[in-house]
Amino acid sequence: MARELLEKTGVTLRDAVADDAVAGVTPRWVALPETVEEVSAVLRACAEGDLALTPAGGGTKLHWGAPPERCDVLLDLCCLNEVLEHAAGDLVVRVQAGVTMGALAGVLAAEGQELALDAPSGATVGGTLATAACGPRAFRYGAARDLLIGVTVVLADGTVARSGGKVVKNVAGYDLGKLFTGSYGTLGVIAEAAFRLHPLPPDRRWLVVGDARRPRELAAVLAASQAEPSAVELDRPGPGAPVAMAALVEGTAAEERARALRDAAGAGEVSPEPPPWWESSWWDAPPDEEVLVEARFLPSALDGVLEAADAHALRLRGSPVSGRLRLSPAGEVTEERLAAAVAALRERAHAAVVLAAPYEGVDRWGPVGALPLMRRVKQQFDPGRRMSPGRFAGGI
Amino acid sequence: MTPSPSPAIAPLTAALRSALPGDSVITDPVRLRTYECDGLTYHRAVPGVVTLPETAEQVALVVRLCNEHGVPFVARGSGTGLSGGALPREDGVLIVTSKMRRILEIDLPDRRAVVEPGVTNLAITEAVRDRGHYYAPDPSSQQVCSIGGNVAENSGGAHCLKYGFTVNHVEACEIVTPDGALVRLDRMDPGYDLLGAFVGSEGTLGIATKVTVRLSRAPEAVTTVLAAFRSIEEGGRAVSAIIGAGIVPAAIEMMDALAIEAAEAAVACSYPAGAGAVLIVELDGPAAEVQAQFARLRELCSGAFELRVAADAAERAAVWRGRKSAFAAVGRISPAYIVQDGVVPRTSLPRVLAAIDRLSAEHGIRVANVFHAGDGNLHPLVLFDDAEPGAGERAEVVSGAILDLCVEHGGSITGEHGVGVDKARYMPKMFTGDDLDTMQLVRCAFDPRGLSNPGKVFPTPRLCGEVPGVRKGVHPLVESGKAEQF
Repeated sequence: MARELLEKTGVTLRDAVADDAVAGVTPRWVALPETVEEVSAVLRACAEGDLALTPAGGGTKLHWGAPPERCDVLLDLCCLNEVLEHAAGDLVVRVQAGVTMGALAGVLAAEGQELALDAPSGATVGGTLATAACGPRAFRYGAARDLLIGVTVVLADGTVARSGGKVVKNVAGYDLGKLFTGSYGTLGVIAEAAFRLHPLPPDRRWLVVGDARRPRELAAVLAASQAEPSAVELDRPGPGAPVAMAALVEGTAAEERARALRDAAGAGEVSPEPPPWWESSWWDAPPDEEVLVEARFLPSALDGVLEAADAHALRLRGSPVSGRLRLSPAGEVTEERLAAAVAALRERAHAAVVLAAPYEGVDRWGPVGALPLMRRVKQQFDPGRRMSPGRFAGGI
Repeated sequence: MTPSPSPAIAPLTAALRSALPGDSVITDPVRLRTYECDGLTYHRAVPGVVTLPETAEQVALVVRLCNEHGVPFVARGSGTGLSGGALPREDGVLIVTSKMRRILEIDLPDRRAVVEPGVTNLAITEAVRDRGHYYAPDPSSQQVCSIGGNVAENSGGAHCLKYGFTVNHVEACEIVTPDGALVRLDRMDPGYDLLGAFVGSEGTLGIATKVTVRLSRAPEAVTTVLAAFRSIEEGGRAVSAIIGAGIVPAAIEMMDALAIEAAEAAVACSYPAGAGAVLIVELDGPAAEVQAQFARLRELCSGAFELRVAADAAERAAVWRGRKSAFAAVGRISPAYIVQDGVVPRTSLPRVLAAIDRLSAEHGIRVANVFHAGDGNLHPLVLFDDAEPGAGERAEVVSGAILDLCVEHGGSITGEHGVGVDKARYMPKMFTGDDLDTMQLVRCAFDPRGLSNPGKVFPTPRLCGEVPGVRKGVHPLVESGKAEQF
């Protein structure tokens, strides 16, 4: 009966296999829509048959979040992979959600432009938005929600809705893009997105400090520098190891500005290449990393976060100036050890979110301030609890 | 209009009087009248009662009393809005935040400040300027407009081309929800980005009572250039060339001949004589970068017949004087005018400006153009003589047709002034019924009773009881006790 409902839509359907699992839960079917209308048709069928659904992109972060309470259909958006419009003169692009960040970067680079959002090249636009993933250069350019200017979403009942548009400056109506960014597929399906773009920087330099003895002070100097770095990142490969720090300077006169940065820091080497750890991606979307935690904090709280990470044998990577670090156990881990580490981080940081962990019992989100309001939002958008139920904060 | 307070106002007023300090509740008709409009003066309504709370708790109390009595409320900051977003309700309470103007905290190491909603935009910058910082969003009204109003409207300004809008510079808000609860929304919190949804919701999702803003480092160098062109087309070509060269200036502003004429009459800004258009381009950032970009900018503006570079802060202010005075200045050349606000993709500017010219000629209505050229945000000033019969109506037609042009070219009906009461009727031109209904799901979550600034933004309110979906009633899993429904 359920399968017939899905087949009636005419959308390509296959039986799910173990590899399709969403945080350990294997769906029954995988649907592969090729248009927004087909997405809508699948969602209508799911509504009719009360089938639960999880949208998926490149699968690089499908193990993030709690396992869904139920998952009948995996909505694989890989076939929605068209760059709809690249208006280079307007520095704007409109894309379908299944376009990978790598493919998009290629299209934009041909016109000397980029979407200034650091994400793994295999991740899709939709998945990057749904997880609100952001990387080093968020310090300068903002996070995904700051670069998104328009969105097309499909709701649990199949309604197709749009907000924003394809101009950067626009205050007409509510900004659904911000609401859907970081919503982990629990409000609906992100089908299309429009972004503001930036010119590709003509030049880049890194200031690399191999052993930052006083990381908080150094980060503060780098952040306040008139050389205006785009990113300041630190890396500590394990407890007790030295903290490496690097700052990226992009744009005109990068060499001159990076030298000014070095003078201000009183340490480090200027290089046209990033340090080797900058390109490593364990902190971002590691399919082989079973446990990943994100700490969010004010820059002045860095020392406490580093101490907690050290005490609980976590390696870390991220931005001391944006106040966002990703942490992962350096050695063997158990549910109890992880819980203790996260508790320690929550004492020192504003928030610590367990992005990925194979444990049922761990409190992934910690305290969520406006949870009653969030539940009301969920209730309005997905009253039948079919959209990735249970994946998100507070059991949403 | 004569006030026609709803029957519920009298008992509510009594409750407000006993709950708030005496001078915080205004019922005197003469004083009520001073609040009858915001910056958009042709929409007027005398509020049923005005309250001036001094604390977040008092705001929450007023909102809870409004809920008890089923009376709508409208928040107002400095009343400088240009879309009637703070237009009061005759049957409602106006909550004015002007007594809440303390800067609560300045944290330079973490580059943030916590302020009350009545603090003016410029006051934040003034508090940190001598320590090399500033608050980036700079609406033209920044000397008077309040940060609470900026949050409600997601205000921009000339420099948002490079630095973004209010929403990109607000880290957290404490809000009073439409049912009177004090809730903190923080960018760092896990969960939905309710802060992102709240900023720019025009007072329909609650009232901000504390705002945590990001402070920016003042740039090392600023170079302001005034380029004069014979025609608006030549000016437009220079804008495209600058953007095409990969330069993102802090601001690119353009004025046409009529706007220049008005500015000269008002503030004697001494822009180059005979200009069909002037362009103000401001570069800022690291000195080395600004210097290199300026050299490039000179080449890109080779079509200009005169190029002036401001040598210091005083000269920079002189360059900006004409631009910043432009809205008020048209009063010198026209008895009445409409300030329009629309957006088009930057590359459509030449076509849209030509179409506005045709509209102007066709209806015998002059249009002065002032705009944020870098992001395609037009501010046409539609000029008319309100003493001439029918002129106001023709101006309305031209003004509305300009918004149609913006939508046709893939733009927006508002770039920074907001929808408010003024443009709610234009929303269906830009969005489908499904789009608007979906946006209002957020409204239903925050304000199911529709008491927070009703009648703004959306042309027709959604009934929050009607929930989309084929299945009505209780979910089977909830019924069987296997799941909890939130």
